[in-house]
Amino acid sequence: MANNIDSNEVKLTAKDFVTDQDVRWCPGCGDYSVLAQTQRVLPDLGLPKEKIVWISGIGCSSRFPYYMNTYGFHTIHGRAAAIATGTKLANPELSVWVATGDGDLLSIGGNHFIHTCRKNIDLKILLFNNRIYGLTKGQYSPTSEKGKVTKSSPYGSIDFPFNPVTLALGAEASFVARALDRDPKHLQYVIKRAAEHKGTAFVEIYQNCVIFNDGAYSSLSEKDTRDDNVLYLEHGKPMIFGKNKDKGIIVDGTTPKVVSLTEGKYSVNDLLVHNEFDKSVVLAYLLGQMSNHAEFPTPVGIFRQISKSTYHEDMEKQIQEVKAKRGEGDLEKLLFSGNTWEVK
Amino acid sequence: MAKKKEVKSLSEVTVRFAGDSGDGMQLTGTQFSDTTALFGNDLNTLPDYPAEIRAPAGTLYGVSGFQLHFSSSDIYTPGDNPDVLVAMNPAALKINLKDLKPSATIIVNIDSFDAKNLKLASYASNPLEDDSLQGFNVIPVPITSLTAAALEGSPLSTKEVTRCKNFFALGMMYWLYGRPIEATLSWINQKFSKKPEIASANAKALKSGYFYGETTEVFATSYTVEPAPLPKGTYRNISGNQATAYGLAAASVKSGLPLFLGSYPITPASDILHELSKLKNFGIKTFQAEDEIAGITSAIGASYAGSLAVTTTSGPGLALKTEAVGLAIMTELPLVIVDVQRGGPSTGLPTKTEQADLMQAIYGRNGEAPLPVIAASTPSDCFYMAIEACRLATKYMTPVILLTDGYLANGSEPWRIPHVEELQEIKVKQRTEKEGFYPYSRDENLARPWAVPGTPGLEHRIGGLEKSHIYGNVSYEHENHDFMVRMRAQKIKNIENDIPDLEVRFEQEGDLLVLGWGGTYGAITEAVLCARKEGLKVSQAHLKYLNPFPKNTAEVLKKFKTVLVPEINLGQLSRILRAEFLVPVVNFNKMKGLPFKASEIEAEIMNLLGGKQ
Repeated sequence: MANNIDSNEVKLTAKDFVTDQDVRWCPGCGDYSVLAQTQRVLPDLGLPKEKIVWISGIGCSSRFPYYMNTYGFHTIHGRAAAIATGTKLANPELSVWVATGDGDLLSIGGNHFIHTCRKNIDLKILLFNNRIYGLTKGQYSPTSEKGKVTKSSPYGSIDFPFNPVTLALGAEASFVARALDRDPKHLQYVIKRAAEHKGTAFVEIYQNCVIFNDGAYSSLSEKDTRDDNVLYLEHGKPMIFGKNKDKGIIVDGTTPKVVSLTEGKYSVNDLLVHNEFDKSVVLAYLLGQMSNHAEFPTPVGIFRQISKSTYHEDMEKQIQEVKAKRGEGDLEKLLFSGNTWEVK
Repeated sequence: MAKKKEVKSLSEVTVRFAGDSGDGMQLTGTQFSDTTALFGNDLNTLPDYPAEIRAPAGTLYGVSGFQLHFSSSDIYTPGDNPDVLVAMNPAALKINLKDLKPSATIIVNIDSFDAKNLKLASYASNPLEDDSLQGFNVIPVPITSLTAAALEGSPLSTKEVTRCKNFFALGMMYWLYGRPIEATLSWINQKFSKKPEIASANAKALKSGYFYGETTEVFATSYTVEPAPLPKGTYRNISGNQATAYGLAAASVKSGLPLFLGSYPITPASDILHELSKLKNFGIKTFQAEDEIAGITSAIGASYAGSLAVTTTSGPGLALKTEAVGLAIMTELPLVIVDVQRGGPSTGLPTKTEQADLMQAIYGRNGEAPLPVIAASTPSDCFYMAIEACRLATKYMTPVILLTDGYLANGSEPWRIPHVEELQEIKVKQRTEKEGFYPYSRDENLARPWAVPGTPGLEHRIGGLEKSHIYGNVSYEHENHDFMVRMRAQKIKNIENDIPDLEVRFEQEGDLLVLGWGGTYGAITEAVLCARKEGLKVSQAHLKYLNPFPKNTAEVLKKFKTVLVPEINLGQLSRILRAEFLVPVVNFNKMKGLPFKASEIEAEIMNLLGGKQ
């Protein structure tokens, strides 16, 4: 089992993770799928419920902990990653998860996000990206496309959006992935891979907001268009997509290109082969930039997973080293240390 | 062979070291304090330095000072006006001259009194050559060149040699006041153990300064200040920040809870982070967060997971943490927030002291958000108040704000070190029983159970949304909110039953009570003692608990015709006292980035009692 969580295998089912609270998301909200897929995956981790903690910020997705029958903490806007950091460092035995949205994680919480990635804090971060502010009723978010008309941008947003995947890669996250709310099997797979990763695991989930941004990802989820618009990344496999598996990705210099496999010019052997574990961030970054692009299919799957020491491991290691060097802390000795003198 | 010089005995002395911010004046002052403490004097210090790390040399705004008051009896303040000034350059002389006693001794480094430095200090003529220092006992010493001469042949560069001059000055002062140099010598060897040539140069400069004092004709007399008759015990010199850090470590040991500090560097609080970062062998986890908000929120996350969680900051940082403090109040998690107050608002005076965060601490949050606020009154008291903050936080499941200030944090005093067994145990319950567990049920102190993740069978959800009484489900019920707001307030109010009464020193009723809080304790005590020596009937009380107040506060206030409240703010405690107790109080305020002088408060006492000034 990953996470160095040493626990007896427990047989739980998805139902064990359901709370007695009524789920209050809008009917048809993509959050339902994320909740259901997560509840399906968690029993496979073999962790007892009490070792799992869900921490969230503010926003629709941040109600998530109320619906998960584990420990849960619904905190304040933007701070979930920082609070979860304290929880994980205080008790590394816990499997700590963050449920967050595009406003929560990338706008008000942007600073905590990048520093969590940089420090490789062992958190599993699920970003519910619906590219809109839902709970405040429909303002553009840091992932909304430029030109988007919303209540706070009646003439179109003039903001350039963040690309969460490339942002996480730039911040040195050790696990970066993407999944779709409408592809449950694949979503389960990605969540499970995140759970098994040691270090910051970032999963961007394209999640549909039926009320304020309905159809934001329809080209990626509707039956007739999705195959031509989604590229499933699989380690060691060439990048093929399209309804008839007839298109692929090549790299020309540093520029990716879509090529046809039926015109005779390119074959499968010419295509870019995915390497999740590439030491260099270049490939993952290049794939990340293909997202939401008219020319390219949007990649989903694991962009990159690398191995580096986690913050809590280094913290514990340093404590042990200092203990070995200076001996277990002795308060009496500490108080009486330094220059002292006696008054008789 | 120098002839035997006269030795005069003094009961107390106030010395100020002043120079460029790169001259090592803080170090010189700290060394003199430590040696003086070791010698057995009572002492009190006031470091006063600019916010700029290395301000341009020779400028008035680059002057750094360290004042030290030491005595053969109890003292409470760093001294109002120095008896001795060591001025390393013209700017240091100019800035500090106005504070000196009329017949003070001024030791000046004449090497620095050149045209350039005189101009930088805006001196039209050399004050050593005109009559502007008349009345003072001016002792000119070529400190820079004597240091260079002493270090001739040293492998160090000229610049490095020049930097040793503070040790020469320190050595001279050690001789002048009959202090041994050994403690500083061993400190030098330890500090520069990896740079032996620097260590040996500094040691040589120190000794040369000492011998210079002994041999030169310029000092006709040396002085002795006998050790003070302090209570029996083992002592050390301690600063407020160090005491706070040790208090937190002690609370961790006494409660059996691992300590977690989430903090972001900020003047003048950073030394608490530094001290605790050294103590990893206590299992203490220090997390230097990406910002103030992550400092407190990581601590909240650690508290949730069962640690004794702390965040340390100063005023601007507390402002940033405000929303998170509310979360800790709402989720009723234990948390200690240390605010080392500095001059405000905004960036204000980062390196100077003030007491103007009281309102922020008590009221500065959205919603009805009460929490306990306590304050340390002396550097060593920071130790005990840090432990007290941890006790209250864990017993009542609440964030607690501990207020100290720049003066307490950087100032130091001799501290009779307590033995660990003398310190009170902190009893902490973390819930493990499944039977009858509800996240918002309450014990006899109205505290909710601390059920930490990892505990089987107690999985539950908390958060910033209002929760239903007992069950802890999200609740928008009108009656429930009204109930919970009152419940949270009552929980804090009840703490008044668990803290000591406000003690009145001297007459228990009468014409005048001087009531203070926090770092003004020393100045008020000395002022009251002096006034009483003059025959005035004045009593003193000092608040260490600002929210809730001690139970007998109203009673005490009503027993005096006049209550004088000196504060380093515009009257924040006064305002609260009037609002809470409907009593008239007299403000006495000063906001110069400096602590009160005892004489200033004494004058106000005289004024109110109609006595002579």
